[in-house]
Amino acid sequence: MSIFQFISDFFRDSAHWHGQYGIPHRVLEHLQYSFMALGIAAGIALPAGLITGHTGRGGNALALIATAARALPSYGLLVLMFFWLGIGLTPVMIPLVALAVPPILVTSYEAMRTVDPAPVDAARGMGMGPVAVLFQVELPVALPLILSGLRSAAIQVVSTTAIAAIVSLGGLGRFIIDGLSQRDYEIVVGGATLIVGLALAMIALFWLIGRLAVSPGVRGGR
Amino acid sequence: MIQIESVTKRYPDGTTAVDNLSLDIPDGSITVLVGPSGCGKTTTLRMVNRMVEPTSGRILLDGSDITEQPVNALRRSMGYVIQNAGLFQHRTIVDNIATVPRMLGWDRRKARERARELMGRVGLDESLARRYPYQLSGGQQQRVGVARALAADPPVLLMDEPFSAVDPIVRKSLQAELLRIQQELGKTIVFVTHDIDEAIKIGDMIAVMRTGGRLAQFAPPDELLSSPADAFVEDFLGTDRGIRRLSFFTSDGLQLTAEPVVAVDADAEQVARATAAGSPYLLLTDAEGKPLGWVAPQDAAGGADKVAVGRLLPYGRPFAAGRESLRDALDCAVLSPTGWAVAVDGEGKVAGVVSQETIGAAIRSAHAEHRDGGGAGRASITKAGAAT
Repeated sequence: MSIFQFISDFFRDSAHWHGQYGIPHRVLEHLQYSFMALGIAAGIALPAGLITGHTGRGGNALALIATAARALPSYGLLVLMFFWLGIGLTPVMIPLVALAVPPILVTSYEAMRTVDPAPVDAARGMGMGPVAVLFQVELPVALPLILSGLRSAAIQVVSTTAIAAIVSLGGLGRFIIDGLSQRDYEIVVGGATLIVGLALAMIALFWLIGRLAVSPGVRGGR
Repeated sequence: MIQIESVTKRYPDGTTAVDNLSLDIPDGSITVLVGPSGCGKTTTLRMVNRMVEPTSGRILLDGSDITEQPVNALRRSMGYVIQNAGLFQHRTIVDNIATVPRMLGWDRRKARERARELMGRVGLDESLARRYPYQLSGGQQQRVGVARALAADPPVLLMDEPFSAVDPIVRKSLQAELLRIQQELGKTIVFVTHDIDEAIKIGDMIAVMRTGGRLAQFAPPDELLSSPADAFVEDFLGTDRGIRRLSFFTSDGLQLTAEPVVAVDADAEQVARATAAGSPYLLLTDAEGKPLGWVAPQDAAGGADKVAVGRLLPYGRPFAAGRESLRDALDCAVLSPTGWAVAVDGEGKVAGVVSQETIGAAIRSAHAEHRDGGGAGRASITKAGAAT
């Protein structure tokens, strides 16, 4: 059987579209975990990256943290956390957040550090306060790079959230784990296809956010 | 008036950027801070709007210490223009210009209206209002920078090497534009540059600073050129300061003569009369009185209409009598193959011609008058040619 046969069979089976084990519910679960992890990671990494980038201080420490976090194996961390903390959302969130923090941290730091100093100097010289300078002058220009960091984090998290199923949680990983244990490859391929689809949807989502949030003056100037 | 009183700026690493500087910057005129890099001119400027805080000394604005009011209120009362304009690339031109009025709480419509008005004032077409900075040339961006600084109509304008990053032709037009705007608005402008020619061109007063942040000389440009305080200033001014100083002498009193000027349809008798005046060359003009070129009297003896226009000696470039300076007149005379400069009126018609010798005499008498007149003579010095 070809992979395309698997995919078409999986999506055509109406049983896969209903109930707690159906595709819509699993997608929803998957997105919930992903956005939760992404939200926590952004809550940690965005302020840290923006502040270090803004002041230009602590860049080395930040690079060290990012490199260390990148070296962490998600799967290993998950198993470790599971045995330490037991069943629940927390052992899943920890590796996902650790995965999402480095790209957000590094790009938001870079984004702030590479903001042209001339407009900032002009803004301060015209009597703009530090908070206004950050939000009205620096962030709008740094936004494309910050969004690109969030986008790579989102793609990685959405792809990796499948591991939640290993520790008995839901999400699209369920199809893969259950399919493998039942040797039902139609379900495995179907679940994998859905994850790829969600990752592509993330790219589309961030493209859309970029179109709406980034000024044409910044987009055109690059 | 901005009074800088014994201001020193020393950095923690021990370097002294500005060393015990005192300067009275007069109202309604352009004061230029000029000097080599590292002379503290930019630091001085940035201390006026408190982007840099002095280590000691104080700065007074209209008699009160600038530290008495909130720093952002002080900055909003002073326009600020920097080298690369520093425009906000995510905002349209009109919103860039409206920045300070918006900070001062104007509503959006009124601020934009004001911004559009200023675009006209600095020579920007209104069609650029909705564009973004990246769509503008460097010169246009700098004009936006000036408009943005003027938006809230501040009495003081601080300009930090505003025209250094644009090419010489654009720089010249921006300088002329600034002088024109200044004529209309009469702001108190502090202008930093490393270019002494720019300083002389636009400055009413020039403060020459030397490395280590000390004031070398504070004087009007004409005085700077005629009597530099020391060898450093003299060296900084360059070798041709005598010639450059002539820019400050008007060609008003220059004795023009119309005797060697003949129209292209002049007959032999008229040519003979012009020749009798003793000039080695005659200047031919067309029917409207505009210059065509020089001709030797013997070649035109049979009547000016017999002369082939192609055989005329070129007249170089004419100067506008009265409006351009003695420097322009001398330049025209030097360029002319006959040694005579052609003076024209506002419409380009020949007002007369003048020899190098006559210009030389005018320069000598201008020098003499200037020496005798002393301080009073300063008023008669015009910035002739500077605004063209």
